[in-house]
Amino acid sequence: MSTPTGRIRLTPHFESNLPSRNRKASLWQVLFRLSTTIGMIVLALLLYTVVNQAFGLVAIDNKVDPASFAVDGVQIEELDQETLIAVIEENVSKGKFRQLEREQPLAERTWEEVYQVVIDDVVEPKDIVGTWPLVESLTRKEEILAEVEQEHPQATVEFTSWIDPQFVTSPQSSDVLEAGVRTALLGSLLIIAITIVVALPIGIGAAIYLEEYASDNWLNRTIQTNINNLAGVPSIIYGMLGLAIFVRMLEPLTSGAIFGLTDPTTANGRTILSAGLTLAILVLPVLIINVQEAIRAVPNSLREGSYGLGGTQWQTIWHHVLPNAMPGILTGAILSISRAIGETAPLVVIGAATYITFDPDSPFSKFTTLPIQIYQWTSRAQGEYHNIAAAAILVLLMLLLSLNATAILLRNRYSRK
Amino acid sequence: MLTSDSIIAIQAHNLNVFYGDFRAVKDVDLSIERKKVTAIIGPSGCGKSTVLRSFNRMNELVPSARSEGQVLFMGQNIYDRQVDPVEVRRRIGMVFQKPNPFTKSIYENVAWGARLNGFKDGIGKPSMDEWVEHCLRKAALWDEVKDKLTQSGLSLSGGQQQRLCIARTLAVSPEVILMDEPASALDPIATLKIEELMRELAEEYTIIVVTHNMQQAARVSDYTAFFSMNDDRAGYLVEYGPTTQIFTIPQNKMTEDYITGRFG
Amino acid sequence: MISRTTEANPLHRRPRRGEFLIRGFLFFCGAFSILTTLGIVYELSKEALLFFRNPAVNLLEFFTGTKWQPQAGAFGVLPLVTATLITTAIAMLIALPLGLAVAIYLSEYASTKARNTLKPVLEVLAGIPTVVYGYFALTFMTPFLRSIFGRDVVDIYNMASGGLVIGILILPLITSMSEDALSAVPRALREGAYALGATKLETAVKVVVPAAISGLAAAFVVGISRAIGETMIVAIAVGAGPNFTFNPFKGAETMTGHIVRISGGDLSYDTIDYDSLFAIGLLLFVITLGLNIISQRIVRRFRETYE
Repeated sequence: MSTPTGRIRLTPHFESNLPSRNRKASLWQVLFRLSTTIGMIVLALLLYTVVNQAFGLVAIDNKVDPASFAVDGVQIEELDQETLIAVIEENVSKGKFRQLEREQPLAERTWEEVYQVVIDDVVEPKDIVGTWPLVESLTRKEEILAEVEQEHPQATVEFTSWIDPQFVTSPQSSDVLEAGVRTALLGSLLIIAITIVVALPIGIGAAIYLEEYASDNWLNRTIQTNINNLAGVPSIIYGMLGLAIFVRMLEPLTSGAIFGLTDPTTANGRTILSAGLTLAILVLPVLIINVQEAIRAVPNSLREGSYGLGGTQWQTIWHHVLPNAMPGILTGAILSISRAIGETAPLVVIGAATYITFDPDSPFSKFTTLPIQIYQWTSRAQGEYHNIAAAAILVLLMLLLSLNATAILLRNRYSRK
Repeated sequence: MLTSDSIIAIQAHNLNVFYGDFRAVKDVDLSIERKKVTAIIGPSGCGKSTVLRSFNRMNELVPSARSEGQVLFMGQNIYDRQVDPVEVRRRIGMVFQKPNPFTKSIYENVAWGARLNGFKDGIGKPSMDEWVEHCLRKAALWDEVKDKLTQSGLSLSGGQQQRLCIARTLAVSPEVILMDEPASALDPIATLKIEELMRELAEEYTIIVVTHNMQQAARVSDYTAFFSMNDDRAGYLVEYGPTTQIFTIPQNKMTEDYITGRFG
Repeated sequence: MISRTTEANPLHRRPRRGEFLIRGFLFFCGAFSILTTLGIVYELSKEALLFFRNPAVNLLEFFTGTKWQPQAGAFGVLPLVTATLITTAIAMLIALPLGLAVAIYLSEYASTKARNTLKPVLEVLAGIPTVVYGYFALTFMTPFLRSIFGRDVVDIYNMASGGLVIGILILPLITSMSEDALSAVPRALREGAYALGATKLETAVKVVVPAAISGLAAAFVVGISRAIGETMIVAIAVGAGPNFTFNPFKGAETMTGHIVRISGGDLSYDTIDYDSLFAIGLLLFVITLGLNIISQRIVRRFRETYE
């Protein structure tokens, strides 16, 4: 059993290399630390870019010279009310005219009011001739004013915050200054409501099944692997699934035809209902995995206490496991909702409407969402659309921030209980 | 002043080790004799491992750990600011309770540490192959692995893995080898092999071994240090002396009680 | 507890119908996911088959043709595939080294305080919607690249911007998966290295990383899969038309970008354009599914040899 340990005294040669090793170690430590700051730098850059575009100077010019509206050589300041109303009707879109009449018939207004309408809506339809981001607006103000003075002497330059309460409450519009995200925001909220109602019960149910009921057999293992795989499928594929099944195959259901409630402008399945259902299927796998983890974290001693008193499996789950896992379940749910709110590609595939001005009021309405609105505005060539896109991004980020903050609050409150 | 010629390899002066506010080891004065086997025994929780780990500054890997006092080695307090713990650990090696070979081949396990510390072959100096074989022989493992040097270190049995860990420690040419209950995770036969190894290694290296097995200490060591702990749960040195003396005519009643099995 | 049975033995089983129903409902929930997968496979295959059956389409041409112009009857998918590959490669080029470096820092060097500042930053980065990243790519990254390389070298729509921002998008994913893998390496292994007189760097790079290699490889593969499936960033910043080129500074269209552009316009059912989308979708699905399965296999196989 004993082996010769070698009486030969071997003296190996070690070259002293400690200083260089230590230097190398310090160098790489710095590099590692540097790479972590890149994450923070990128985040800062991103926020800077968005905020920079969301505020700034805008130069607004009149499109048309007031003199061109003169009737028979008489300038508009001198025209009587009837002629003014005729001028308005000629130069304003039908929809706008109807809106004006609805607010208060023009014939019943005073001359001053009608003249004001002429000024507001006929003579000065606003045209944006230039926008500048925040930093530039602050540092190069004089130069910008001079530039605008030169090229568009009629234009006014003012500092605007593209994001303001009016932005949130205004509907879509082709006019950049008028446009708001209300339609998109409502669309997002309605769709998410449907997603929550559908995905949460099924997701939590599936997680409970897999963690508490499923025995280790072939079928259940397949289900688990399947869910893990689904979590990695690109979101656009879910969009295509939604298109094929909810929009096309189930069109009678999703367009409301069965209930006779179809949207008059489109009788097809590209509705809020389809969008909500598609997003539900999309978030389901990740939601299930998160809830599974929350349930797994509940200590077995808790279950054993309940069984030991003669509780049934469902009683144990409902009265002990679920309440205990609630913080984790809530966190998982809110993460999934956050993800769903930000999803764009699947909804574009399903067929988000490109231009709707009325608010969605039923599950069978056409829809657009906040991310889709951002996408559309960003894709426009004119620079001013980038400004309102930035404003919309800020709205979206604030929505997500408040959602996640609520999640953290709820989680803290529940775990203290 | 301790030099490489003196009889004492490591000397602890007033050593106190804290984890945060808790004092784990209190006022230890201990002189370890060169090229002898010194055993550290005592009931569990009395700081034996902590004392051992303070000899190669492994305690520092725990963020809340703090040492006060001195540990002298090669004429210096190893806790001095200028002393590099990396260099200390090369010269004072350690074998752990549970064998922890690297996820590399058997050959690489042994060669890695040596290469790291600047091993160079040359005229009249051993090549890496020769050095690896030498270390494996010294660890009494060569015959069992010489045909499978490229296999993973994890493919060996527990006892073999532990001897592999000893071999890789030898490969960096330390002067002192610390062993923290090296055989407690092994079966009796493997344990005996390790004990035999300890005695052989003592011809060239200073061995300090922590063990909770008194019979092992009596069999293997030249000197024994007995630790215990007070109500404040700080470990302290009760008695230290030649093994034969500790086990036959202990000076301290507590030592005698422990050895005769009245407590611990 | 009133026994509802007239059995003589009170210990015998009682029918609990409520439990049974609940169990059935829960099983349905679990099995629902199988329906989803079946749905995906069925729909994609059905339409793709229609596409391939169309006389204007040639299977060989589909996989090898370098032109995708439906009006001209050219249905070669290579331009879309190369665009996907190039943007993904650029993304991995920055995400992998950076992600690994951050993961090593987090698991081997970082104090609790550093970790508590860094992890939330990564979580925020991961939670930003991809359309916002797309905006960032168009309004910051592209001008930035153009100012460095010149406006004539870099087009307004180009693959490099998209690729770089996709890299940023998947950085948190790679970091967190890599960090999990590194942290799973037992402490004892690190201690063995330290005891031999190794520095922290040497221990991290030469002992811990090799031991965690399976988890790191899985992270790598998952990152690629995610980058391939990314849509909005490429739709906004990379380009609006298929273009078979290897120059990253030119615009092109990836598989995902193409699908989103076509379906965002006027699309009638049962046209060749409609069916072609599903063919591309099927290809995309197969690629990402394959990658995910590979990553799971890697983890399983290497885990056996490690323990």
